[in-house]
Amino acid sequence: MTEATTAAPVEKSELEKRFPDAVKADARPGYAGFLVDTSKLIEVATALRDEMGYDYLSSVTAVDYYSDAPNAENFIEVVYHFYKSTGGGALELKVQTPRENSTVPSLTPLYAGADFQEREAYDLYGVNFEGHPDQRRILMWEGFAGYPMRKDWKEAYFEEEVKPFKNRWPEGQVYRIEDRNPFNKNNAYPQGFDPTGFKETDDPKLYEVLERAAREYSEDIDTEQVVVNLGPQHPSTHGVFRMAVRLDGETIVALKPVMGYLHRNHEKIGERNTWTMNMPFTDRLDYLSSMSNNFGYALAVEKLMGDKAAPPERAEYIRVIMAELTRISNHLWAIGFLLNDLGAFFTPALYAIVERELILDIFEATTGSRMMCNYFRFGGVARDLPEGVLEKIKSLVTERLPRKIDELDIYLSENELVRSRSEGIGVITPEEAIAFSTAGPVLRASGVPYDVRRADPYSIYDRFKFDVTVRQHGDVYDRYMIRIDEMRQSLQILNQALKDLPGGEIMNGKNPYQVRVPAGESYGRVEGPKGELGFYIVSNGKGNPARYHVRAPSFINLTVLEKMCVGQKVADVVVNLGSIDIVLGEVDR
Amino acid sequence: MYGLGILKGMWVTLTHFIDSYVEDIKWLGRNRYYSKEGIQHRRSKDTKGIFTVQYPEEKLPVPEEFRFVPFLVYDVDEEGNKHDRCTSCGICAKVCPPQCIWIVRTEDPVTKRPVPEPVDFFIDVDICMNCGYCAEYCPFDAIKMDHDYEMASFDRHAEHIFNKEKLSKPASYYAGIRPTNYNREETLKAEEAAKKAAAAAAKAAAAAAKPADGPAAGSTPAQ
Repeated sequence: MTEATTAAPVEKSELEKRFPDAVKADARPGYAGFLVDTSKLIEVATALRDEMGYDYLSSVTAVDYYSDAPNAENFIEVVYHFYKSTGGGALELKVQTPRENSTVPSLTPLYAGADFQEREAYDLYGVNFEGHPDQRRILMWEGFAGYPMRKDWKEAYFEEEVKPFKNRWPEGQVYRIEDRNPFNKNNAYPQGFDPTGFKETDDPKLYEVLERAAREYSEDIDTEQVVVNLGPQHPSTHGVFRMAVRLDGETIVALKPVMGYLHRNHEKIGERNTWTMNMPFTDRLDYLSSMSNNFGYALAVEKLMGDKAAPPERAEYIRVIMAELTRISNHLWAIGFLLNDLGAFFTPALYAIVERELILDIFEATTGSRMMCNYFRFGGVARDLPEGVLEKIKSLVTERLPRKIDELDIYLSENELVRSRSEGIGVITPEEAIAFSTAGPVLRASGVPYDVRRADPYSIYDRFKFDVTVRQHGDVYDRYMIRIDEMRQSLQILNQALKDLPGGEIMNGKNPYQVRVPAGESYGRVEGPKGELGFYIVSNGKGNPARYHVRAPSFINLTVLEKMCVGQKVADVVVNLGSIDIVLGEVDR
Repeated sequence: MYGLGILKGMWVTLTHFIDSYVEDIKWLGRNRYYSKEGIQHRRSKDTKGIFTVQYPEEKLPVPEEFRFVPFLVYDVDEEGNKHDRCTSCGICAKVCPPQCIWIVRTEDPVTKRPVPEPVDFFIDVDICMNCGYCAEYCPFDAIKMDHDYEMASFDRHAEHIFNKEKLSKPASYYAGIRPTNYNREETLKAEEAAKKAAAAAAKAAAAAAKPADGPAAGSTPAQ
């Protein structure tokens, strides 16, 4: 966006000068960044990483530009967002490829964090990433017919291209879509497919990859190795999530996460929805911190809408207050369950949940719902704080929470068992953390002081004094401690925001039920409790987003899980996973 | 000293354990459990000791903004006739994210103009995601979010598509569950009505003033 233009004008011209044939600025109205020649992508990305400091690959996704009109120019565009780990705006690269036999070189060798994201683009868009070490479907299963995010693909209970559906009003012929289109008759098979003869290819492929990884780990295999599946129905996985682990005795030699059990094609739903309708759907991504999700989406759309959707002062403050309360409630939950995974069974989790519950009461009184808040609107928030809520927030923030966070800290941080169980476990070096595109607490626990609130400030975060928390060891213990540090910083921000909270409007103008979003693209990102939460949206000027992509921090943080676990004991897998703090609603989308 | 951290942690657990008894003793004679006052206290910032609520014997009070499946508001006039506030304009059906609202609008057989009351109105409560958009964007305050969250039934196919009859609730019910919102809306409406009446009166007065030999000034329709 414009932000990128102002943030990195030097690099811009430099990049074009350096690769005059391969790179040209994206000139479509409302678009920014550079179009790169497919064959030169690796070269350009290498230069970006090694010479220009863009070492952090935030997001990789694809967009299907498709129209069934004759002579329409149809193609798939792969979009990359790069950042500097020292802060600053984005640099956006785009690569175009035809829809048939789409092939793009893989960036995984350069940026390890591209791994899962490229697999996702392959899975949902059918883009082949040449040179990807492990290109399998990630959210759908092997053998799934078609690429669900492509514009011409239709889901099982398909009704119409976009909402609102025409039969809801004024005829209102009520029916259940399942009745019209009963189960088993709602799926399409590829031509020549015989469902009775179907053989599962998922697991054999997965085990093959595990074996390959195991061979890389050690050439001289002298013991028999076994494959153990942790999950999907396992209490330690925080949801339906599976880790296929190859063990040599008790030592992990390879680990592959298997996900998608909760996949609902959130992005496709998002593209069928109108802009406004997406807001409550974002609640369901990371359902423990719905306010942050609202924040990210609102920012992305407001960026496109421009000044007419700039929220008034009071709304900005309320947004920050809610986002920080969300961070505290999320970290309380994360810490409680991390300790649970460490063996401190449920007592610390329940102590933490009491405080979280009090925060959720505030959300309920303000927004109407404890978890599915749906509170942000384009240009403000849905409603003002009701009577008594501000006092409750103040009393919590000034009296109760600091005391309780200290208590939680005293409770187990010094505990010798917790320390011996978590120190030196799952170590991620700063270089690895950046290369694997980890975000949030995982990145900062590895000694990289990168926080979107500071590195690329959004909303009014530039007004507050707070420290970007950082810990140096990158182990499980640091990932636990950093969350306690962060809660304290959030309290600091809350104190300032509550002190300065101005009166006035909470919406910029009216709150219309249909918004007009000018054509163009935008990438809005916030520092969610789990890390950098980004929304990449493309508008074609119509009532529905042409592309709606979520850069889910839980999902991308999982890329580093194998790195964390290899060489350690199987019991540490659970702890490592707990220290990443995932929510499956966001991982699987 | 090795083990000090463990002891510190144990101390925290112990204080929590003792607190639950101290709290109960403090509340001797008053009801800490199964009473409104007790629940209120347990949800306050000073809460200590036992925090859990014994649902369904105890229920947390829901805040005014709490939202659950929507309902339709109707007004009752002096004669006891019900008037739907809904004009079947369809905004709720258009803004509904999971598209769970169906509205049947009719037209007057003579004039062919839409009748401003829906013939029927359906909400599939299994699909409803309780986002509250319908209530938020309704220009007539005709659809509001309910507080009644206990709606489990044995058969979702037969019971969970609510029709107009099942959805309709009187304005007095709405005023009961959301007093602040109700009063704000009523004041706004009264103000607007007063403004309209004043404008109408001014118009009538102007009309009456022009033709001097017109109807007597006393007949201005000020009501």
